[in-house]
Amino acid sequence: MNIELILFIILATIAAVTSILVITRSNAVISAVFLVLNFFALAGLYLLLNAQFISVVQIIVYAGAIMVLFLFVIMLLRTDGEPRIFSDKRYIKYFALLISIFVFIQVSYLLLIGSPSKSVTGNQSASINSGTIETIGKELYTNYIIPFEVAGFLLLAATIGAIILAKKKFE
Amino acid sequence: MSLLETVIFAVIKMLVIVVVMFLTVAYSVYFERKISAWAQNRMGPNRVGYRGLLQPFADVFKLLVKEDIVPDAAHKPLHTLAPFIALFVAFATYAVVPFGPSINLFGYDVKLVVADVNIGILYVLALTSLGVYGITFAGWSSGSKYSLMGGIRSSAQMISYEVSMGFSIAGVLLLSESLRPIEIVNAQYGWMWNAVLQPIGFITFVVSAFAETNRLPFDLPEAEPELVGGYHTEYSSFKFAAFFLAEYANMIIASCLIVTLYLGGWQIPYIDKLGLGETLTVILQVGAFIFKVVFMLFFFIWVRWSIPRFRYDQLMNIGWKVMFPLSLVNILWVAVLIMIFNL
Repeated sequence: MNIELILFIILATIAAVTSILVITRSNAVISAVFLVLNFFALAGLYLLLNAQFISVVQIIVYAGAIMVLFLFVIMLLRTDGEPRIFSDKRYIKYFALLISIFVFIQVSYLLLIGSPSKSVTGNQSASINSGTIETIGKELYTNYIIPFEVAGFLLLAATIGAIILAKKKFE
Repeated sequence: MSLLETVIFAVIKMLVIVVVMFLTVAYSVYFERKISAWAQNRMGPNRVGYRGLLQPFADVFKLLVKEDIVPDAAHKPLHTLAPFIALFVAFATYAVVPFGPSINLFGYDVKLVVADVNIGILYVLALTSLGVYGITFAGWSSGSKYSLMGGIRSSAQMISYEVSMGFSIAGVLLLSESLRPIEIVNAQYGWMWNAVLQPIGFITFVVSAFAETNRLPFDLPEAEPELVGGYHTEYSSFKFAAFFLAEYANMIIASCLIVTLYLGGWQIPYIDKLGLGETLTVILQVGAFIFKVVFMLFFFIWVRWSIPRFRYDQLMNIGWKVMFPLSLVNILWVAVLIMIFNL
């Protein structure tokens, strides 16, 4: 058994266990903490796939920025009533069940019928190079320049929209 | 170098750095108390050891033997975890800071940095963005209003200043064309220090560093008159010591980063023209790095005892309406440097 496989098993276990804990904890802050742990395990898995840039960005953006904002909001809100949602309103339960069955069917379809990607057996040095920040930067600013700029423009629009909505409320 | 040798060298470097870091952190507390005494015309600690030199050890020992109090309303696992996160983040960042060029030691070519990784600067950004968790968890898990307010203030503050910090670093990266800290230092050969080439970026980075380390004039998360002790109100004994040490460790890291990114790292301008021996040059360069870091530490402490605290709205205004636009101006300026002066 080589070291990559051992690391993969450890990280995948952490990812699976923490993602279950995220949805089973009744305290929203604790769920958020496990979600952060889950992001770390994911970042480790990206590193195993030689995607260093994606791995670090996963930590900077998701664990470092987005989850801090999540926690920020959860701490400011009173979440005492959250645990009662599932015991009070039973129809939510059935709705959740329906959605989970739907997602389960989709995932099992992909796993059973969809064929695994053929590119897994590519040579290793090429895959190390394709994960570096230089390669990603070059690709983003040459081949994918239009999607990249459109995404940036959309985010800018969303930011301006959020600011205008917030300002209206205060005035 | 074989795998075993690489691992052994890495372990030795880590041990050296952890020991040196603990000592520097302990003595920066002493340094701070002495400078504050100087600023306020007092004596400062002078009882334990010669001129109070053993004072930091006495302080840490006192904190260790105190009772560890966990409030009833606290969330215990997180309450315990928070100080560890704070310390871990502070110490882990040092792995990518180069404190000298390579040196020839017992026939091996040793790089004076623990981990020479090609995404070093991103690693630093990732860790600093995690540093906020220590404080946020501490604030929330204590189950106290003052702690919670401190934690929330700090997360808002750190997120706001991370933006201008990131954009100031972008200016440095544009000039050095690498994310590897050693390359960034090499790019600042002679007097081509980034502080000279992009003074605006230097100022925004230093101000953001003050805000990120929660130092005065930006120490709103633990503003005593309003929040008792802020996020560490409910901490005692060694957990309090951990936060205390983490604050100073962060200050040292911030100084190291300022020196590496803007003040030429270990570079002494044109030292290679003097024709000194190789080992002597390296020793002088490591000395220069330490000197610059100590100077920045002195600057941090000097500011703390000279400038009063900002109000919270002023802090946010400076972050978003002054520092952020200035860091963008800096990127434009660097682009001008590259396009017109071909740097």
